[in-house]
Amino acid sequence: MNKKIIDLWVGVFVLIGLAGLAFLALKVGNLLSTNEERNGYEIEARFDNIGALKPRAPVKAAGVVVGRVESIRLDGKTYEAIARLHIFPQYQFSADTIAAVFTSGLLGEQFVGLEGGGDSVMLKDEDRVKKTQSAVQIEKLISQFLFSKAAESPTPTLTPTPAPASAAIPGIAPAPAIGVKP
Amino acid sequence: MIAVFDAIGRVGSAVIAGVSRIGYATRFLFAILRHSGPSFMRPRLVIREVYQAGVLSLIIVCMSGLFVGMVLALQGYETLSRYGASESMGVLVAMALVRELGPVVAGLLFASRAGSAMTAEIGLMKTTEQLAAMEVMAVDPIARVVAPRFWGGVISLPLLAVLFSTLGVFGGFLVAVKLIGVDSGAFWSQMQASVDWRYGVMNGVIKSVVFGIAVSLIAVFEGYDADPTAEGVSAATTRTVVTSALAILALDFVLTVFMFRGEIN
Amino acid sequence: MPDTIIAMSLVAEFPPSALSPNACENLVELKDVSFGYTRARKILSGVTLAVPKGKLVAVMGGSGCGKTTILRLLCGQHRASSGEVLVGGQSVATMDREQMFAHRRKLGMLFQFGALFTDLSVFDNVAFPMREHTQLPQDIIHDLVLMKLNAVGLRGAARLKPSELSGGMARRVALARTIALDPQLALYDEPFAGLDPISLSVVGQLIRKLNDALNMTSILVTHDVVESMKIVDYIYFISEGRVVAHGDVPSIKASTDPFVRQFVDGQSDGPVRFHYPAKTLAEDFA
Repeated sequence: MNKKIIDLWVGVFVLIGLAGLAFLALKVGNLLSTNEERNGYEIEARFDNIGALKPRAPVKAAGVVVGRVESIRLDGKTYEAIARLHIFPQYQFSADTIAAVFTSGLLGEQFVGLEGGGDSVMLKDEDRVKKTQSAVQIEKLISQFLFSKAAESPTPTLTPTPAPASAAIPGIAPAPAIGVKP
Repeated sequence: MIAVFDAIGRVGSAVIAGVSRIGYATRFLFAILRHSGPSFMRPRLVIREVYQAGVLSLIIVCMSGLFVGMVLALQGYETLSRYGASESMGVLVAMALVRELGPVVAGLLFASRAGSAMTAEIGLMKTTEQLAAMEVMAVDPIARVVAPRFWGGVISLPLLAVLFSTLGVFGGFLVAVKLIGVDSGAFWSQMQASVDWRYGVMNGVIKSVVFGIAVSLIAVFEGYDADPTAEGVSAATTRTVVTSALAILALDFVLTVFMFRGEIN
Repeated sequence: MPDTIIAMSLVAEFPPSALSPNACENLVELKDVSFGYTRARKILSGVTLAVPKGKLVAVMGGSGCGKTTILRLLCGQHRASSGEVLVGGQSVATMDREQMFAHRRKLGMLFQFGALFTDLSVFDNVAFPMREHTQLPQDIIHDLVLMKLNAVGLRGAARLKPSELSGGMARRVALARTIALDPQLALYDEPFAGLDPISLSVVGQLIRKLNDALNMTSILVTHDVVESMKIVDYIYFISEGRVVAHGDVPSIKASTDPFVRQFVDGQSDGPVRFHYPAKTLAEDFA
């Protein structure tokens, strides 16, 4: 085999390999969007319970992805979960924004939802979101539902009627039993 | 009673032999690294091996990638359509390929296609005294024969794994979008939203680099260590494929534990 | 680069034997050398032999008698368990890495079946030692390789692969590679094994001619009595790890030593037994 032909083939091989890597990074992965992810600013939100929220979960406002969960840790004194949220630079939120942990669909992944307020002061880097709302725990919901049922009727039944159950689906409408923490 | 002691003794000596073989292989790796100078001073030596190991494995790796991607999409459709989530097929195909199947299956194919050839070639060079002849010519066979093949393999496998994943995603696209009729926009955008290029793509590449080092080392080591007979070389070739497969799967487990620990918690 | 060429032509004009004060000194000496892979089984026990400069010496003996081991000791692949192996007055066993490297560069070895590099062409095989050890430009290497190939009559086969050569041609290519760097000492391990009579005498004549033309010293390990008697200056007979007889060709031909007679005349039984050691017939068939 001619040396020149070997060189040519190896060159082709390396080039299509690198092209494949570019394809994986750009088209399959999210390399293009990382620039805006790297810029931007970080805010902090404290939750009583974050449920199954994980690092790098999306932060959404009105369903639009506006950032990612950077890290999650526990405050050893207050026993609150501290989630650091990385917000893309083009989005600004007012200081009285509410952060809540939602679930997309019944079995989907959890994400942080931001609901903008009316304050004219905007959140800056390293600020803290003052109002948060914890993740809905399905066990609490079920027990609350059962207790309320038991209180309603003298002969308690274990078969829940469909109407209240659908109203309690997390993420679609936050259950009234879970209060907004000031 | 004596038979029992005999058996224990045999197990013991097998363990000792296995451990000292690992030690020898490690020493061999350091010898390769120490004698890698000529490989980098004379890139043509390595280019030739990239051709032998990489370019000649291209067709089998690309074809396998395409089919694996297509099968993943078909099987994924079975399950995902039941939950009305067939748009997530892109995610399923891409995640599986980029993180696991790309590096692992490409590594296995590479071990059986290129690794075995490396072992057989070096083993045959030993059998026909070519390595001894080199040594007597004051040319170190590790520097001249072993190290270029090692580096050729280390360079080739990551590229092959990337191509395997790429062709696999393309195969998944063909089945999902062209055959089943999933919306093409949803296929790509869901994929992009969930495959992180650092955690997914780069970790896959790191895996394939590690597999490349492991398979190439096993291949050149078995060849260099082969009994200089026809049976010796054929046994060494078999050992290369078997040991490489085990090493890839075991290393894959270890690497996965380290890389994706954050997501399991 | 030109310096190297001048140096090479100087070597050709004034052979080392002519320049050195003691013209018939020994290039290779083995003094009471023993060797064994394990302590229990000795392959060589107390071998003493000498090879004068410029001579072609044969080491003969049956298969597995330790002939090849002597060559391996000389090129430093093995180290003697006891005794001294001297090449050019220097002990091979005590050489460090650098000295061994220099020693091997002055050495050419023809392996039993040629050991040509199967992935390189004939040309590249002969060019291999030059490319590895010299910084000569490609066009000079090209000319040198063709000269070497011309010397063995295979200039026309330069572009062939070793797999396309006959056994005799492959052996001649290996011979060309052995002398590629004009070694002081050429070692031939069974150069006649598996050759037809024509190739055999061609290779034999080449070994003699190259030895004289390049002022080399050569050691020929073989069991081919007839062919080597035609070309060598001196013969050592080895049996069971010992030198059992030695002498120049006429004295060997005239020798009455039973071992030499058995070997030279090819008798099946003699000092070298036909039967592998066994119990007596009566015991085995009882």
